[in-house]
This record gives sequence, C-alpha cells and structure tokens, in this order.
Amino acid sequence: MKILVAIKQVPDTATQVKMSTDPRAIDTTGITWIVSPYDEYAVEEALRIKEKRGQGEVVAMSLGPERVKEALRSCLAMGCDRAIHLNDPAWNAADTLATAKALAAVLKQEAPQLVLCGRQAIDDDMGAVAAQLAELLGWPCASWIMEETIDGDGKTVRAARQVEGGLEVFDLPLPAILTAQKGLNEPRYPTLKGIMGAKKKEIRDVKAADLGWAPEPPQLSVVTLEALPPRPPGRIIPGDVPTAVKELVRSLREDAKAI
Amino acid sequence: MANAFWCIVEDDRQGTPKKVMAEVIGEAARLSSGQAEAVWFTDKATEAGLKQLAEWGANKVWLLENAAFAPYRSEIWTGAAAELAAKATPRAILAPVTSRQREFVARLAARLGVGLAADCVAFAMDGDKLVATRPVYAGKLLAKVTWAKAPWVATLRPNVFRPADAQPGRVATVERPSVATTVAQMRFVERREEVSTGLPELTEAEIVLSGGRGMKGPEHYVILEDMARVIGAAVGASRAAVDAGWRPHRFQIGQTGRTISPKLYMGFGVSGAIQHLAGMRTSKVIVAVNKDAEAPIFKIADYGIVGDLFEVVPELTKEFKKLLEK
Repeated sequence: MKILVAIKQVPDTATQVKMSTDPRAIDTTGITWIVSPYDEYAVEEALRIKEKRGQGEVVAMSLGPERVKEALRSCLAMGCDRAIHLNDPAWNAADTLATAKALAAVLKQEAPQLVLCGRQAIDDDMGAVAAQLAELLGWPCASWIMEETIDGDGKTVRAARQVEGGLEVFDLPLPAILTAQKGLNEPRYPTLKGIMGAKKKEIRDVKAADLGWAPEPPQLSVVTLEALPPRPPGRIIPGDVPTAVKELVRSLREDAKAI
Repeated sequence: MANAFWCIVEDDRQGTPKKVMAEVIGEAARLSSGQAEAVWFTDKATEAGLKQLAEWGANKVWLLENAAFAPYRSEIWTGAAAELAAKATPRAILAPVTSRQREFVARLAARLGVGLAADCVAFAMDGDKLVATRPVYAGKLLAKVTWAKAPWVATLRPNVFRPADAQPGRVATVERPSVATTVAQMRFVERREEVSTGLPELTEAEIVLSGGRGMKGPEHYVILEDMARVIGAAVGASRAAVDAGWRPHRFQIGQTGRTISPKLYMGFGVSGAIQHLAGMRTSKVIVAVNKDAEAPIFKIADYGIVGDLFEVVPELTKEFKKLLEK
C-alpha cells in the first residue's frame, strides 16, 4: 500500500514571531522551524500502517521554499521512504486552494491508496488543504480522526472522527483522505540510524512546470499582519486567601460583570 | 449576484440549531444590512428550530431536509450546497467553527473555486469587499485577509461575535429547494457518545475553568468540577495535564487542543505556556491562580491571585455559592 503524507513546515510554537518590513509577511530570520505537530501524528500513523501490513511505501510531501527540505528530512528520519518537495517560487503566494491544487496534481501522478494530513497547520490554522484535496480528487475524507484500521485486502479504511460530543465512525473506500487529531498516536523520535539513513533517501524536487500548473492569483490574500492589541494591565489581588478571594469575586461581579 | 449572507446551521442533531447560530446570524445580518439567510442541512428540522432561526434574524431558511444529510458527510453536503449556491448566488457563506463545519466549508470553497478564511474573530466591509481578521502564529499576530471573488467563505470563532437579540414573533420564509443527493462513498458505522460530565461543552461555555500541572493529579479535578457546577462552567486542562494522562485530550485548551473564547476564563495551576495562550487569549476576562508569581499567565491575566490553588478553589466555590444564592 502506498501512503502519502502531506506535511507543512511551521515556526516552532515557542519561537518569537516578528513583523517584517513587508506588512503582509513575518520576518523569518532567527526562526526555528519544525514539522507541524499534527502532521507528525499523520507521519506516525502512516508508518504504523506500513509496519502492520509488513509492506508498502510511505512518501512525505510538502510545498514551500528550500528550507522545507529540513522538515522532509525529519520525516525521512522517522521512517518515510522518500519525499517530494514542491519547490518553486511560483507557489510563494499560494493560498490553501492553490496549495491543494498543486498537491492534487502530484497525487494524480503518484496514485496512493491513502493520504494522511494533520488536522491543521499551527502557523495559519486554516485547516483546509486536506478537505480541498478530497474535493479536487473526488475522494472521501474524514477529518480529526482518533483511530483508524484498514481492512485486510486494503480496500476500506474504518476511521473514527472526533466531533462535538463524541466519535463518529465511518467506512471509507480507498483511496481516501484522513486528517490526524492529537490522541491518534504518540509520534516516535527518529533514531540515530534513522537520521543517518535519511541522508541517503531521495527528496525529489517538483517544479510548477512539471505539473503543468498554471499560475493563478490567490483566492484569499493577506492585507496586513498586525500585532495583537495589548491587554490592559492586570491586577494581582493581595491579601490572605479569604480576603483575596472575596475581592476577586466582588471584582468579577461589579467591575468585570463576568459572573 | 444576490446580496444574501448565508449562515450554515450547526444543530444538535435533534432538529434544534445551536445557540452559536445567534452569533453567526447576528454578524451576517450586520454585515449585509439585514440580508442573513440560514441554510440548514438536516434529516429532521423542528418547527421550534425554524422559528428560532427567524427570531435570530434570518430572512429566509433554505431547509435541506433529507435522510442523506445525517450524519454529516462532506461529499454529500458539498454537492447540494454547490447546486443551491449556483442558483441563489449568495455573497458570503458563513459557519461557526465546529469540527464538521470547518471541513465542510473548506471542501465547499474548493468546489466553488473561492477563498476560505477559517476561525475569524472580526469582519468589516471595506467598500464592497469583506475583510476578515483571524489569529495566526499561535495567536501572536492577527491577519487581515480578503477574497478575490464572492462568495466569501468563512468560519467564525464561537463566543466572539455579539449574538443577535431574538425578536419574538419574527418570521422567515422557509424554502425547501430540491437538490440532487449523490450516493455517499462514506458509510456510517456508529456514533460513540462521550461520557457526559453534565457540564457545558468547552467551546460553547461562557465560563471555563482550566486546571494545569499545578493540579498535581487527576483526582483533584473534582474541586474544579464542584465550582463549575455552581457557576455553570466547563472544565478544561492544559497540555501538561493532558500529556500527563490526567484528562482526556478532548479537554485540552491550546494550540493542539480546543480554542476557546469565553466571557470568563479562570486558570488554576496553569503556567501560561505560549501553546496554551494560543487557545484562550481571546477570552474576555482572564483570572489566574498560581503559586508561582513569575508564571507567564499573570502577564495576560486581568486578575491574579498568587497562592495555593488547593486553598483558593474551595474558598472561591464557597464565595460563588454565597453570591449566586443572593
């Protein structure tokens, strides 16, 4: 079974994000980049499927500039067999739909049985590419999955998606798309052997022209990025516990009108 | 192009729209000068539910009532919505952030070939264009975004937008358009209900109590639940507490958990790591209780008590009880 995992490289949560001189972009100098955490669950799940079935191929794929190779290399170190890097300045302004169109073109060439993604990338939190891929390919899609099992002959995946108030379980004929929710698994750390081995694995560059991808203006664009308006300074309530608590309750009731 | 702003209805699966729809319809009506329309995919609508949508301000309810629409599958809803959108040409398509709506409108936007802005916290009309504001980079920045063409598709963060005041007796036209339903590829197997805590849902609650590493163990969350019952709050947890196995993941607040925006957030033994702040910093009032006066959560808190939560929580519960008994 061939499984493709679409990942995104994002700034580490703890990294400081600064504005650049371009009001629509952040200053990327000094940023620590990581594989988006939900995507790691997707990679882990793909590797587990392959291990359980005793055969198959897991391919990591990502769209972005040259630095994205590092993220793909991390996926290879975890155990992916090879990687595809959609690496072309033509995609610099790509919104979710343009990204999905580019990835869909690769998926048509690769023809995997299953595509796994993270539930959303933690930089822009749009959470759209997987569902849009499903639409472009005409495939079924289950988002925010907490568990999955593929039947013995590899025709169907049974997936439990998280919804408000519970889990909904569906059978999806393959090929299908699933997005990983936290709790699906615990991603492995790459071993030293994995890290060494990853250096020899293939990362194939794909250019827009290779896909016959005609540049198109983004459907959604950023007008400006702004720093958060500062919250008004808070107040530490002094005194012993009963006194402080009484004052807190009074403040919540009378000043903040929050209770 | 019609001027209507569609509001995709999130319901309780029993024929009643959720109260977050008052926020979505209220915002749609404000942006469109009263041209809000509800679009309701359901297997069974109730009269009370239809009345509710009208009273919140929907001029029209497009009622798509068909067994094929429940349980929700993106492939089925998308085809029907796209067919209706081609006829009715709405100017915008808005939905509340829920797990299924996020997936559905993304797929619909791809079908319609238009942009999507997810998890928005503000909107403004700029001439004849809609500009949406949405938090990015763990809520450290706000992005203002706009669409190349209509319909403008967006999801709205719950508890952020002012809900419409219900206007009793207001009526809406109910249209039952006929749309094609395709045969679903996905086959429903079962629904597994969560064990109910009897407390409000985290993303819907007006008050949220959150317990962090300072809770010291799963057995102590009962003191937060006791307080929650007194004030009608939901109880959540930080990543540290979830990763320690003290609470199931569905209770996690933060970047890899739920994003909440209650009227009142109270963190107990929560340090305030960036990834936690990403999930709660749009809360209206923030209270922090922590032994460590240097905990970063005090930087964004409106009110703080530096102290032992195991002393503060029972005292606070007692005081809330007194207040609410008055």
